[in-house]
Amino acid sequence: MASSVLSLASATPSASLSSHEISKGKLNLGSTSLCFSKEKTNPFIKTKSFGRVSMVVASNVSRFEGITMAPPDPILGVSEAFKADNHELKLNLGVGAYRTEELQPYVLNVVKKADQLLLEKGENREYLPIEGLAAFNKVTAELLLGADNPVIKQQKVATVQGLSGTGSLRLAAALIERYFPGAKVLISSPTWGNHKNIFNDARVPWSEYRYYDPKTVGLDFEGMISDIKAAPEGSFILLHGCAHNPTGIDPTPEQWEKIADVIQEKNHIPFFDIAYQGFASGSLDADASSVRMFVARGMEVVAAQSYSKNLGLYAERIGAINVVCSSPDAAARVKSQLKRIARPMYSNPPVHGARIVANVVGDPTLFKEWNEEMEMMAGRIKNVRQKLYDSLSSKDKSGKDWSFVLKQIGMFSFTGLNKAQCDNMTNKWHVYMTKDGRISLAGLSLAKCEYLADAIIDSYHNVS
Amino acid sequence: MASVFASIVQAPEDPILGVTVAYNKDPSPNKLNLGVGAYRTEEGKPLVLNVVRKAEQLLVNDLSRVKEYLPILGLAEFNKLSAKLILGDDSPAIQENRVATAQCLSGTGSLRVGAEFLAKHYHERTIYIPLPTWGNHPKVFTMAGLSVKTYRYYDPATRGLDFQGLLEDLGAAPAGAIVLLHACAHNPTGVDPTVEQWEQIRQLMRSKGLLSFFDSAYQGFASGSLDTDAQPVRMFVADGGECFIAQSYAKNMGLYGERVGALSIVCKAADVASRVESQLKLVIRPMYSNPPIHGASIAATILKNSDMYNEWKVELKAMADRIISMRKQLFDALTAKGTPGDWSHIIKQIGMFTFTGLNSDQVAFMTKEYHIYMTSDGRISMAGLSSSTVPHLADAIHAAVTRSC
Repeated sequence: MASSVLSLASATPSASLSSHEISKGKLNLGSTSLCFSKEKTNPFIKTKSFGRVSMVVASNVSRFEGITMAPPDPILGVSEAFKADNHELKLNLGVGAYRTEELQPYVLNVVKKADQLLLEKGENREYLPIEGLAAFNKVTAELLLGADNPVIKQQKVATVQGLSGTGSLRLAAALIERYFPGAKVLISSPTWGNHKNIFNDARVPWSEYRYYDPKTVGLDFEGMISDIKAAPEGSFILLHGCAHNPTGIDPTPEQWEKIADVIQEKNHIPFFDIAYQGFASGSLDADASSVRMFVARGMEVVAAQSYSKNLGLYAERIGAINVVCSSPDAAARVKSQLKRIARPMYSNPPVHGARIVANVVGDPTLFKEWNEEMEMMAGRIKNVRQKLYDSLSSKDKSGKDWSFVLKQIGMFSFTGLNKAQCDNMTNKWHVYMTKDGRISLAGLSLAKCEYLADAIIDSYHNVS
Repeated sequence: MASVFASIVQAPEDPILGVTVAYNKDPSPNKLNLGVGAYRTEEGKPLVLNVVRKAEQLLVNDLSRVKEYLPILGLAEFNKLSAKLILGDDSPAIQENRVATAQCLSGTGSLRVGAEFLAKHYHERTIYIPLPTWGNHPKVFTMAGLSVKTYRYYDPATRGLDFQGLLEDLGAAPAGAIVLLHACAHNPTGVDPTVEQWEQIRQLMRSKGLLSFFDSAYQGFASGSLDTDAQPVRMFVADGGECFIAQSYAKNMGLYGERVGALSIVCKAADVASRVESQLKLVIRPMYSNPPIHGASIAATILKNSDMYNEWKVELKAMADRIISMRKQLFDALTAKGTPGDWSHIIKQIGMFTFTGLNSDQVAFMTKEYHIYMTSDGRISMAGLSSSTVPHLADAIHAAVTRSC
């Protein structure tokens, strides 16, 4: 009998039995002579009997043998592929991380100063409260909504420090799952690749609203309004506060008003993802105007913030989830439930990035310097857009309208290239980008604009 | 105006972290915080290790350092060094590339990511946790999608281990079930199995194919020796078995708020480990994308530099020794006062916490009359005691135990 179990065990390793299949009963041990007792036998263990004591020697087959290799992350995987490429002209336009003209990562001067300051202060490393650093939570809400916003003064805003944008979105998603069972989140088509993963893992249903119009390489405004209207009442509408990722296409102020109208009409809840405040136009206040307009209307608003790009604090994982409520009582309750979600996820958030932000935003000199560096970064991207547009227009004789490069805003440009064309960009030209046609202008230098223009023109015209 | 959040109720304060909230509100000059497990010096102050400050200075001085996103699985160097720390430099599992490691947010984050992975990929969805265990354990696992059962652990009669109960309960678990084991310095009881008992537990778990999930939050903090405190984990890995290990550097490096930890999954084969690693990324990416760099960089700097590593060991031993000394002082004080009962468990238990055996009424009395803040299960953090405050605590315990109710 033992040998039959052995042969079963050795027959299966290459067959990649998934644990899923086993639990579904496809591997039926009960009906064969392999079952030694009434209880289910673990197929990965061979048994030997020594009289009354059963010593089970674990077989060489892993419990996780059936696990398949996951595909690389569509966005973060691009950088991995770029690193593996040895071609001298290679260009990484994948992940949205700011690069200098020399294509080097950039640590902001204010951040270096803040790091030095923190070292000198030598503060302790005690656990933060579950909701994060109080000083950070205060400045982050003020930065988003304006320091004299009535909702802040009236304590109607629940703010919880989160793990950058992703972590903040995840907290909100978990809140929706728990307190708005069955409520859907509507996400733009297209949107940041990780949004759907966040809602899937949080078990929140989602559907898409039309956003990008390939014909105009602009906003499908009618489609957007129509889809938001058609959604079941009380849906959460995920909106990019500024610098839409991946398209770079933002609604105009007038369009924002109409979007707010239809959201109010359908009792939907606006859910902002603000990852680029300051990075779109160069002005922190201007980039927050969409959120502030919704709040000024007296609407309840959920807003996730990230300091990855605008303060270059990518790896410090610093952001926040803000919930603007109609009463301070609701805000207090919401905050308590957000804490309840964070505690079994990571207990309390990391202190370092929060202290950097609190120091920079809270100090008038550093804050002013930050604004200047912000303008510089956004300015470099605007210059690169101009140069790319000029290169495309002068090199491309087909008469194609490349002006979308100038109209789009923020770190990214949606080129309109399809997957095959993107593959050509990478395989022939060693230009790394995401397969949806998105390029990160933050990773482009003026010096490389002509090369990129050649690649785009070739891919667009010669590949279908 | 009606709020969409009208149906959201106020959540209760976290029972452990809520103790500190209550302590902060108390104006009494005699108040004592023995709630959360954070080390305090003899002067009652939080401690940032010298070696941590040194590491940070090196990091700030290194002008080539940037703040780019870490990989989803975190800082590679930190991961390798963490696995070595818990498994041993010469661990065959490491040499054979059978260990998948992900930098996670301290112990909690490592447990959560491991649990989510198991809920997604493992056929057994029940985890057995000791009774009692750290207050946050059950929620971490249920939120991840596992169901939780308990196994007997603490014996109130002996204030020690209910070893028979443990063996019976694990013996009755279904084959392949997941079992949470505190690697050392059990929280909240401070009661650890002996080496011989660990060996019996290991054999039982192997015979039933139970999957061990170690929570290692106090390596080096329990006995003062990093290797000694890792023994149970290493024993389990030595026989070639698979296991999960959640490591935290909150206490042993004093990096609490930096959220430094690692999840290691020891697999039977290298190709399994590599597939497991790829799937861990899919759990982490929708949770927080990638982990924070600062604390892990500090830990890696210390672990890879032999002078700093040795300095760390010295500072770690000093913390562990101070706690052992507090245990002795409290025991002596209660003995001197003639407080009724056998208090030897105070010196037998190990690690940051003592399970006093006081009930919630007695605890409430101590908080109200003596301004002693502790969790209602009778757990006190020895790390929060000093020579000057031991008498006050002894008075409080004595009063609680002798008052007529």
